[in-house]
Amino acid sequence: MAPSLINANPVVYEVKDRRTRISTTVVDEYSVEPIDEQEIFDHIRDIKDPEHPYSLEELKVISEEAVEVDDKKSYVRITFTPTVEHCSMATVIGLCLRVKLMRSLPSRYKVDIRVAPGTHATEAAVNKQLNDKERVAAALENPNLVNMVDECLAPSYD
Amino acid sequence: MSFSEDCELKEIQKLEGHTDRVWGLAWNPATGGSSGVPAMLASCSGDKTVRVWQQNSLAGGSFECKAVLDETHTRTVRSCSWSPSGKLLATASFDATTAIWELVGDEFECVSTLEGHENEVKSTSWNATGTLLATCGRDKSVWIWEVMPGNEFDCVSVLQGHTQDVKMVQWHPSMDVLFSCSYDNTIKVWAEDGDSDDWHCVQTLGESNNGHTSTVWALSFNAIGDKMVSCSDDLTVKIWSADIVRMQSGDGTERWKHLCTLAGYHDRTIFSVHWSREGIIASGAADDAIRLFVENKDGLVDGPMYKMLLKKDNSHDMDVNSVQWSSSDKNLLASSSDDGTIKIWELAYEI
Repeated sequence: MAPSLINANPVVYEVKDRRTRISTTVVDEYSVEPIDEQEIFDHIRDIKDPEHPYSLEELKVISEEAVEVDDKKSYVRITFTPTVEHCSMATVIGLCLRVKLMRSLPSRYKVDIRVAPGTHATEAAVNKQLNDKERVAAALENPNLVNMVDECLAPSYD
Repeated sequence: MSFSEDCELKEIQKLEGHTDRVWGLAWNPATGGSSGVPAMLASCSGDKTVRVWQQNSLAGGSFECKAVLDETHTRTVRSCSWSPSGKLLATASFDATTAIWELVGDEFECVSTLEGHENEVKSTSWNATGTLLATCGRDKSVWIWEVMPGNEFDCVSVLQGHTQDVKMVQWHPSMDVLFSCSYDNTIKVWAEDGDSDDWHCVQTLGESNNGHTSTVWALSFNAIGDKMVSCSDDLTVKIWSADIVRMQSGDGTERWKHLCTLAGYHDRTIFSVHWSREGIIASGAADDAIRLFVENKDGLVDGPMYKMLLKKDNSHDMDVNSVQWSSSDKNLLASSSDDGTIKIWELAYEI
């Protein structure tokens, strides 16, 4: 028997259209283009759910509204919404978000990741763990966990 | 002693070589200053290595990498500490072991490997006389090892009591009283029973006695050992005090009391605090800044007990993981960062 799923029948939502970035006619090639919510969202929207063949966007685990950016302060905050209150995958999803942003953003960025208030039974514990960089570093030295994260981050070609 | 506010932290040197974040730093206490031995600093990293840096003896010169200790730890080396004699270096690793290194001739050799923790070891500390070594880790336990002849280490006690990950262990600077701080937000004080050789927790400093409300990352003592500073993910630094005379005459069970909380200075997690022998507290935080604090001697009855002397913004390009004052040169501070570098700073006073 296959292991039982934590959320066997998740609701799958329509995804947002991919907007083409409005190309500002940049004359000065050295001008700094600030990183915005849309850009961050594009980095994380296609991350696959650890259990289902759907993206985090399709499961409404994240949306563009989940992203807060302050480019001047090099600060990003992602607030994600687990599909069920007792989702034991919440920390894995959070880890995927962190790893993806670690690989995508300049290193000056400070990233906070948290579950949306009131959407998880052990919200405080999940948030604390995801933002303890020592525990994240230790987790990312665990080959099984890294494989799991890499699978979620693998590009999908559709 | 009073401190002039006309001072600055001048970057003396940036040490590069590690290929991952640099977690910990330790100055060799038997080097530098008037010892005649060039100052020596150890650093440890996510690249699984430890580097030993030595000051060029010529012209008070710059620090150079003297040795790379590799091929022993198989995962991140989280922290390192020198024995009081400066002869042994203990390194704590996520690979669940603590390695003991000795300088033999001109090479550092791994002379012992301490096993027992279930998983990541996060910190090590030697007692003042170098007869005991403490380790702690993610398995929530604190271990005390007795240093035996021939580089043998016997585990004399496994202390359970923390309910989470133990981040750091630190011995009192003069007495055999051990302090540990944890992801469970508390600091625990451990002492030996007079007759039974049993170690047990004599005090827990938690939220109910003005303690921290999130992970306690580090702690440090002033020179006399009657005050302790702790730092936390709750963005505060706390000062604790104890009656040193009663402590010295008693059995280590003298209670520590909350003296004050330095709140509002830090914006992100504070990973490191270190109290200099001259009385300056340095902090290293996830906002890339180094801050210095001193006791406030303004004499105002309602004034704060400690004040910020200076803040060095962008001291590194990423989080500052460790700040350590030199044990021999009172104005020298070393810091390490996620940016993979170590910096040597001089606290310079403008005349």
